[in-house]
Amino acid sequence: MDVTQLFSIALGAILVNNFIFSQFLGICPFMGVSKKVDTALGMGLAVTFVMGLASAVCWIINEYLLVNPAIFGDGPNLAFMQTIAFILVIASLVQFVEMFLKKNVPSLYQALGIYLPLITTNCAVLGVVLLNVQNNYNFIESVVYGITGGLGFLLAIFLFASVRERLDATMDCPKAFEGFPIALVTAGLIALAFMGFSGLSVF
Amino acid sequence: MDIKKQFKEGLVTQNPVLVQLLGMCSTMAITTVFFNGVGMGLSVLIILTCSNIVISALRKVIPNSIRIACFIVVIATFVTIVDLLLKAFVPALSDSLGVFIPLIVVNCIILGRAEGFCYKNGVAASAVDGIFQGIGYTWVLVVMCLVRELLGNGTILGGLSFINDSNGIRILPEGVGALGISLPVGGFLVLACLIAFMQWALARSEKKKTEEVAQ
Repeated sequence: MDVTQLFSIALGAILVNNFIFSQFLGICPFMGVSKKVDTALGMGLAVTFVMGLASAVCWIINEYLLVNPAIFGDGPNLAFMQTIAFILVIASLVQFVEMFLKKNVPSLYQALGIYLPLITTNCAVLGVVLLNVQNNYNFIESVVYGITGGLGFLLAIFLFASVRERLDATMDCPKAFEGFPIALVTAGLIALAFMGFSGLSVF
Repeated sequence: MDIKKQFKEGLVTQNPVLVQLLGMCSTMAITTVFFNGVGMGLSVLIILTCSNIVISALRKVIPNSIRIACFIVVIATFVTIVDLLLKAFVPALSDSLGVFIPLIVVNCIILGRAEGFCYKNGVAASAVDGIFQGIGYTWVLVVMCLVRELLGNGTILGGLSFINDSNGIRILPEGVGALGISLPVGGFLVLACLIAFMQWALARSEKKKTEEVAQ
């Protein structure tokens, strides 16, 4: 296992190809849950967890049930079922995480509240799984890409929520730009800063 | 069923992107050349209409507690069909849209309409709603593409293989475009301006209406 390659995947997922600012995956929760730093952090952590878990489970399902269904003998190649299979896996994972937290960590469950079920429709989660398949990552690479992609999302939503808290308190902007548009402009400026990482590469 | 009202809502007053603020990811990600925008818009239009029809037809059969899972299975089926069709017949589009075609499954516009409209309305109304909401999404994508391609690259109508070998028609001289507009930053900024324009226009028409009532 080449550690430098894993490091370069991690660096790419967190900074260079950040899920929010360069790949536009997961914009809805990014805009919706970034009004307060606390909830933004909770959301970021939950998404990171689900992305890591989904990468692992979907890799196994893709490899052993869809592409090489060796369990059924010489089974057909079911790769065309990827989208449907993955979204069902993610939906059940999220449901499972929700039940687990409710039973065992009720405080975190309370804090995340309605944001937990929304992770199912976060395109960063389905996106990371599909990108794993597209990039032909092996199991460890997939998990690393999933977790670090989630960390990139966490970094982005944390930065944005911190800026937005101040922005809402002290903002003086044209009336038409109030609310959502000015938040988009802010996100655009952070994305501009993240473009500075684009030359960064390891080895 | 009020087709005129649905038309107006889908295209303007309840526009999925500019007013309901749904489906932001694809709106900003793929709108760099004209062809992408039209292709994505039409794909969503077809998937939205088909899934609207099926979901509203099944609305009395689907139990309330597992409806989201049922919606997702229906939507994922149509997304897979469109994905495979594009791969087979328009491979260039399929390559340039990449992962964003399968990601239509989690596009909030489709799930939002299923939950908000089809689960309560009949088949015909849902079909009409799918078509108009789809057109509302498509026109925003097309405008974004035109603006970003013109300002970022100096061309229009790029990506169509029969116009100037996919390079589009050059409007501004070479090297004039602001490259940033084609980059992710541009997506955020152009969409912000469009939404701001929409808010301004809606506020203005609202004001006009109240003035008319007052007179």
